[in-house]
Amino acid sequence: MNHISPVIYQFLVKRLTDFRLFPPEASKIAPQMDALFFFILLVSLVGLTAVVLLVASFSILYNRQRHPVAVQVEGSTLLEATWTIIPLGLFLMMFVWGALIYFRVYTPPPNAMNIYVVGKQWMWKVEHSGGQHEINALHVPTGRAVQLTLISEDVFHSFSIPAFRVKREVIPGRYTTVWFEATTPGTYHLFCSQYCGTNHSQMTGDVLVMTPEDYRKWLAGSTSGASLAQNGERLFASLSCAACHNARPDARGPSLANVYGSRLTLANGQFITVDEAYLRQAILNPSQHVTQGYAPIMPTYQGQISEEGVIALVEFIKHLDSDYRIQQTLNTTDLPPGSEEKAAPAGQAPATQGRVKK
Amino acid sequence: MSANTIISLPDQGTAGVPKKNYLTQENGLLSWLLTRDHKRIAILYLLTTGFFFVIGGMAAAIIRLELLTPTGDLVASDTYNKLFSIHGIIMVFFFLVPIAPAVLGNFLIPMMIGAKDVALPRINLLSWYLFTIGGCVELYMMIVGGVDTGWTFTTPLSTHYVNTNVIAAAMGIFIAGFSSILTGLNFIVTIHKMRAPGMTWFRLPLFIWSYYGTSIIFVLATPVIAITMVLIMLERVTGIGVFDPAKGGDPLLFQHLFWFYSHPAVYVMILPGMGIISEVISNFSRKRVFGYTAVAFSSVAIAVFSFFVWAHHMFIMGISTYSALVFSLFSMLVAIPSAIKVFNWSATLYKGSITFDTPMLYAFGFIGLFTIGGCTGVMLATLGVDIHVTETYFIVAHFHYVMVGGMVSAFMAGLHFWWPKMTGRMYPESLGRLAAVILFIGFNLTFFPQFILGYLGMPRRYHFYPPEFQVLNVFSTAGASILAIGYLLPVLYLIWSLKYGAIAGNNPWQATGLEWQTQSPPLTENFTVMPVMDHEAYDYEWLERQTLASQNLENQSQANQSQVRPKETEVPRAG
Amino acid sequence: MPDSPAMTHGTQELANSADPGNAANSAHPEHPPYLLHHFESAGQQADAAGFAMWLFLLTEVMFFSGLFTAYLIYRNWYYRAFVAGSHQLSVVWGTTNTAVLILSSFTMAMAVWCSKTGRRRELTLCLTLTFLLGLGFLGIKGIEYHEKFEKHHVPGRHYSLQSFLYPDSDAAARAAGDRPLPLDDARHTEVYFSLYFLMTGMHAAHMVIGLCILGFMILRARAGAYTAGHATFVENFGLYWHFIDIVWIYLFALLYLISRH
Repeated sequence: MNHISPVIYQFLVKRLTDFRLFPPEASKIAPQMDALFFFILLVSLVGLTAVVLLVASFSILYNRQRHPVAVQVEGSTLLEATWTIIPLGLFLMMFVWGALIYFRVYTPPPNAMNIYVVGKQWMWKVEHSGGQHEINALHVPTGRAVQLTLISEDVFHSFSIPAFRVKREVIPGRYTTVWFEATTPGTYHLFCSQYCGTNHSQMTGDVLVMTPEDYRKWLAGSTSGASLAQNGERLFASLSCAACHNARPDARGPSLANVYGSRLTLANGQFITVDEAYLRQAILNPSQHVTQGYAPIMPTYQGQISEEGVIALVEFIKHLDSDYRIQQTLNTTDLPPGSEEKAAPAGQAPATQGRVKK
Repeated sequence: MSANTIISLPDQGTAGVPKKNYLTQENGLLSWLLTRDHKRIAILYLLTTGFFFVIGGMAAAIIRLELLTPTGDLVASDTYNKLFSIHGIIMVFFFLVPIAPAVLGNFLIPMMIGAKDVALPRINLLSWYLFTIGGCVELYMMIVGGVDTGWTFTTPLSTHYVNTNVIAAAMGIFIAGFSSILTGLNFIVTIHKMRAPGMTWFRLPLFIWSYYGTSIIFVLATPVIAITMVLIMLERVTGIGVFDPAKGGDPLLFQHLFWFYSHPAVYVMILPGMGIISEVISNFSRKRVFGYTAVAFSSVAIAVFSFFVWAHHMFIMGISTYSALVFSLFSMLVAIPSAIKVFNWSATLYKGSITFDTPMLYAFGFIGLFTIGGCTGVMLATLGVDIHVTETYFIVAHFHYVMVGGMVSAFMAGLHFWWPKMTGRMYPESLGRLAAVILFIGFNLTFFPQFILGYLGMPRRYHFYPPEFQVLNVFSTAGASILAIGYLLPVLYLIWSLKYGAIAGNNPWQATGLEWQTQSPPLTENFTVMPVMDHEAYDYEWLERQTLASQNLENQSQANQSQVRPKETEVPRAG
Repeated sequence: MPDSPAMTHGTQELANSADPGNAANSAHPEHPPYLLHHFESAGQQADAAGFAMWLFLLTEVMFFSGLFTAYLIYRNWYYRAFVAGSHQLSVVWGTTNTAVLILSSFTMAMAVWCSKTGRRRELTLCLTLTFLLGLGFLGIKGIEYHEKFEKHHVPGRHYSLQSFLYPDSDAAARAAGDRPLPLDDARHTEVYFSLYFLMTGMHAAHMVIGLCILGFMILRARAGAYTAGHATFVENFGLYWHFIDIVWIYLFALLYLISRH
């Protein structure tokens, strides 16, 4: 075959060997989603078969040769009600079932491990809280709920892992989240599925699912020394956040210790639960998110910190369980503000941890 | 009358196309460009939309060729992106949206309700000009370099990140949008105010009901896309920040506004098809449509529900889970009227007297493909499954099943069905049936593999793709080449039939609609005497009585031999 | 598009040129000259035209509703910025313009009445007055735009936050007693002005179209086209004009009077 047509040879031998009709199920949600899919597929097939059978049998029974004169039938309320109510019932069933799965996919369990993903034209940047940094790859362990907090630096992207059956739009200006629990070790596709410009189709990568043990080894082997929270702490100091958020009696900003997950009353009377999205908003649009009892004096950091920088800060604040370390930094950081401020946002993360780790 | 066809043609030896008709009324290019005759405007639309279909089709052909291999070896990524953007923009805004309303609707609505013309003939001509100008702007856009945002113009990509001709593309859509608005407005006024005496709402052909639903969508949804396109253009030109996240704008607002139009627009692309299928199924089974009222109201229900489902395009975009619930539920509900229609069409065949002429074959194809498209639509409306299959080839396959499998099949059914009325001549029947079968096979081979590809996870708009998806893509491309034959063949034999087709006579299909009770091609004023509707729609017994009566008359007066079945040019009276 | 009735209801010449060989037309010589061939009666024709106009206004409502939706969302999000932005508008000019437009609606209504009662000279006068008032509105709008331009309140590269960050430096802000906005709030005033220019700009575009038709109508009215028993065109244009008026009243309330309720 090869000497006749190399193209056909390649097609037959290479492609047919990895040909498949169904994606692997590699997460806990995947079999559940497939079950629903097959249920709808079954209902659809039954419906389609019914229609095809009706059309085919009537075509045979009542074609002009056999049945030269049509008998007028006006309609039948009973019949029509039947084929209105049965589909309605089935659709409602699908709706409820689908809604349950939807809630499951987009409601992460509280103990989920958080990984940040930043999308930009045309790559995925993944930040693990241990400071591991990946590009176009995502390492996750099996048997552990993993939550992804996603944000885009530029246009809409969409983070899609078909083998896990999860997907989430990655939007500029706000965090979105999705979670999964991988079950089968292996390497799976990671796609950007929202059209994002020239190299959209190359904004892909691999999701590497490892056993917890392998994952631990990978984590240890890929660390850059500083965790995400430590980077955040450095940034916190260099941006002089501690000048106000220092928990002193005369502090102009609220204390940030244990603020994550707490319920706050805002200056406009609204109640909110502090999550990553709120923290991000409070850094970039502080005037809209002033805690009750404080003056709206915090400057905006929009345009001054990169998305990775914001992530580091958010991660730092998330893990802040006492004000002790802040007060420490307050005493030790008397650096001229210009020197680190510049280095922090643009340079820090890539410079120290910019290597691609696979 | 042969047993497997219903066609009954006048004696070919003596018959001829009537000398005086809307085509021969006036001659010269100017008489066409300044015409206010709804039938001539329909022909103008047929030519222009046909032209755009060729452009969109060529883009599709290159896309399918490119996807034969997993690496981009035919065109560069930029070119590929421009190709699918042009394919989308042209096919959606300049082919699918106008094709059925503007061609068949313009031609048939006044005739079906017994009017001489649409209510606002000059506005009708203006619509065609706006459409053509919009199309020319798109052509200009393509000539100066194209656009690569996809037909969805997602912000901020379209407003701040691409440097192609977004403004021209949006401007073309904006202008053509007014064509849609005015067409819809014209149809609504026509259907309300121009019906012949006796033509009550429940005597209207179902075609009219579905076009009424379509027009509601045109009138209410299109202005929203117009303002959205204005916002896109202004955001690019002046730097206003309504959708720009950097300035505090919300790109999701764009999604809401865009889909508020574009989802109802999907129903613009299918509702007219449903109307055509109702006519065709009824005629070729010689039966009144089963459950007329249910089918009529389901058209209006689809039009109304279509305004409450737009956010199902945004389930994964971080809209609140509660609004996702509401929109999922409404999306389920909009499937119900469609299901009713499919079952009612099937039931119409019961105890009919069925023949399998070309329009009927297309109609059968439509039922099958539309059912598949509809069922996969339900999968997409289901919140859980949507997460996995949205933004993949699954959705590409789904909407092609509805729009191409559904709408284009229906349009072909309608075009063949009314071709004798438009031109006075028959197309070659056996070639017609062959083309219908080729279209069906080619279509399924092209798009069914894409469902599997989508479930496997292949994202849409991918230029490069993982090699394990190649087999299915090869199938798809192979199918596309068959599909191309299925499109090309009718073009050839329809053109051939203009000159060599058999003389059709007034009513070759023995159909009941008012449009068939006048000469083919019709006179400019459609009817010589104002028709009076004195029977229900699809009353085949009335037609038989009518034919009998006219035959008797013919036998009595042997003098009038110059015309073929002269009485059929007369308007129906009480039989 | 607003000229839809214009194109439907032409005069005899137009109708005849449309269908020179129309059998139906010649078969009914008793028809009034303005009746188009495809209508059965003048009543049906007027009915259809009026219905079409109302439908057209419905599409206009949908057209503006996109902008109103955007306005509502952003006003909710960025209320302080919207208040500060609205203080930069001159309520005096706005009120004057509202009055001018309402007056023009009155003269338009008078014009419809004149047309129906066959008063040719009065009709021309009313239409001319409407035209002048419409021009006056655009003139005042121009003055307002000019002011925004000078203060760099036009969104885009040259947009200036001066008036919002340092309200003491700005007469209008000082007069309204504005306090300095924090930077992030101040930046959102650009969204306010984006919407301001979009909404008033769209409205002004409708005014310009209206004025063009008005000009055409004045010429025709002097020739007596609308006083011969066929007032549909004037009537439908009146609907359009009142619609623009109503939109402006909404815009005035939403854009100028945010913090003054």
